[in-house]
Amino acid sequence: MMDAPSSTWFTAPPHWGWLIVLYFFIGGLAGGSYFLAALIDLFGRREDRPLARLGYYIAFPCVALSGIVLTLDLGKPLRFWHMMIESHTFRPMFKYWSPMSIGAWALLLFGLFSFVSFLAALADEDSAPNNAPADRRRTPWRALHTAAARWPALSRLRPPSALARLFSTIGAILGLYIAGYTGVLLAVTNRPIWSDTPLISMLFVVSAASTSGALMIFLAHRSGWTMPGLANLQRMDDWVIGLELLVLIAVIVSLGPVSRAWLNVWGMLLLVAVVFGMIMPLVLLTRTRHVRPWSRATGAVLVLLGGFLLRAVIILSVEAI
Amino acid sequence: MPEPMGFYTDTTVCIGCKACEVACKEWNQLPAANGGVNTLSGDSYDNTRRLDGMHWRHVKFIEQFPEDRKDGRWLLMSDVCKHCVNAGCLEVCPTGAIIRTEFDTVVIQSDTCNGCRDCIGACPFGVIDINPVSNTAQKCTLCYDRMQGGLEPACSKACPTKSIQFGTIRELHDRAQKRVDQLHQGGESRAYLYGADDKMLGGLNSFYLLVDKPEVYGLPPDPKMPSRNLVPGSVFAVLGAIVVSLAGIFNFRNRGASEGGEARP
Repeated sequence: MMDAPSSTWFTAPPHWGWLIVLYFFIGGLAGGSYFLAALIDLFGRREDRPLARLGYYIAFPCVALSGIVLTLDLGKPLRFWHMMIESHTFRPMFKYWSPMSIGAWALLLFGLFSFVSFLAALADEDSAPNNAPADRRRTPWRALHTAAARWPALSRLRPPSALARLFSTIGAILGLYIAGYTGVLLAVTNRPIWSDTPLISMLFVVSAASTSGALMIFLAHRSGWTMPGLANLQRMDDWVIGLELLVLIAVIVSLGPVSRAWLNVWGMLLLVAVVFGMIMPLVLLTRTRHVRPWSRATGAVLVLLGGFLLRAVIILSVEAI
Repeated sequence: MPEPMGFYTDTTVCIGCKACEVACKEWNQLPAANGGVNTLSGDSYDNTRRLDGMHWRHVKFIEQFPEDRKDGRWLLMSDVCKHCVNAGCLEVCPTGAIIRTEFDTVVIQSDTCNGCRDCIGACPFGVIDINPVSNTAQKCTLCYDRMQGGLEPACSKACPTKSIQFGTIRELHDRAQKRVDQLHQGGESRAYLYGADDKMLGGLNSFYLLVDKPEVYGLPPDPKMPSRNLVPGSVFAVLGAIVVSLAGIFNFRNRGASEGGEARP
């Protein structure tokens, strides 16, 4: 302890393991996909609507899974509601200065927004005859379509209507909040690395956008889509991956002597995440004239794996201190 | 309203008997099986190892011996929750399970805690951990139940050398300062109080008399509140969101309009 580079070395790990790594990853995908879907809805073309729908289709299952994963991670899962309601007085439990408290409420709110947008996307898809999905044959998916088709008014919750624009914008802000608050949650502790830099929240926001973009690109390529918005999304994702690399460098620089904690196997894994999850996809994808569809799909998978590994290193390396 | 109460621990008179650990476990009905770990730590006479959900008192044995072991000393210190006036655990707890009592102590209500573990990482001293029996976060309550009945906490009651002293914070401060003066007069100029004034987290309601650097005792030299990062962390998250949004708007608005809308193959 005498050579501890910071007072944060005298604290205990909170035992946040793989479930939390998984939550940080899929929570990022949920928030990032909703944000990208809303972005495409608000600024894309009419032909890009299927791409936006894809984002909404990713967001809701991911946020629903996030809630399940977080509940399972609790020492007392049946007391998950204590996050929302004070168990002695049954009054609302809300502490604006506690990221976990705000995060619990934000997750609930974002869950509602992503659920409505999910239904609206289903209804919208049914109202677009040229976009008959190939997977209509799948029974559960078809059942969802049938349910959504009962309320055709739901499709009005997709832009361009003014109400839908407002709804999507609020949902996108909540999505970015979900993507980034986890970084603030780590910072608002006393653990080494997490609380030794305020930049992890920024890294998580950017990484959520890059991994969500990668997932949407991967699924769009698998479906053989070629709408104009896909090219825009690909270009944006290239930018964001570059930005993610810059923010990660800033994180390491801001840690100063604390970053010595990564001079071990965790640092090696972080390097793997950087090389394979950021640099290699950029090298594969930025040669615009020679990009092959397989490069796009491979690059997207690498970005996703890199994003997962990044979160695993940030969480588990600190657990090991 | 009762006066703030707490512990003053004079490490110079601790003899490492661990009576405090035993009394704590007995009164609070904490398992003594050490979680099934029956191997020795190899760390001096310390087999408790650390404070956690089942060990609310921990006597530290710090060996300061030269290679030839001709001279030297043990530093002994009975560690416990500091019951900080500004408590990081209480600050972050999202369920309201952690409360400040009428005695100005910090207590985790086990029937409210849902085991999210946010408090564990927030504590600047590494005091809190999950109790595997209850699956909730637990730590020293400063014997809240005994205090409500007008009794002294079990550990200080059991301490045979008065290394652990219980009382009102004001009285303990006076007593501790007198002891520091006495040690200084006796030639032990290294003696000082750790956490007695309000500069450290508003004051520790369990403070210490030490004769070496805090790090030597496994105590942080500069403990901080977790909320120090709330605003900077949020600002950078917002900044990240703005940059990503601008990247998206630029790519979808301008490029979409200027390039005939053909996706790269």
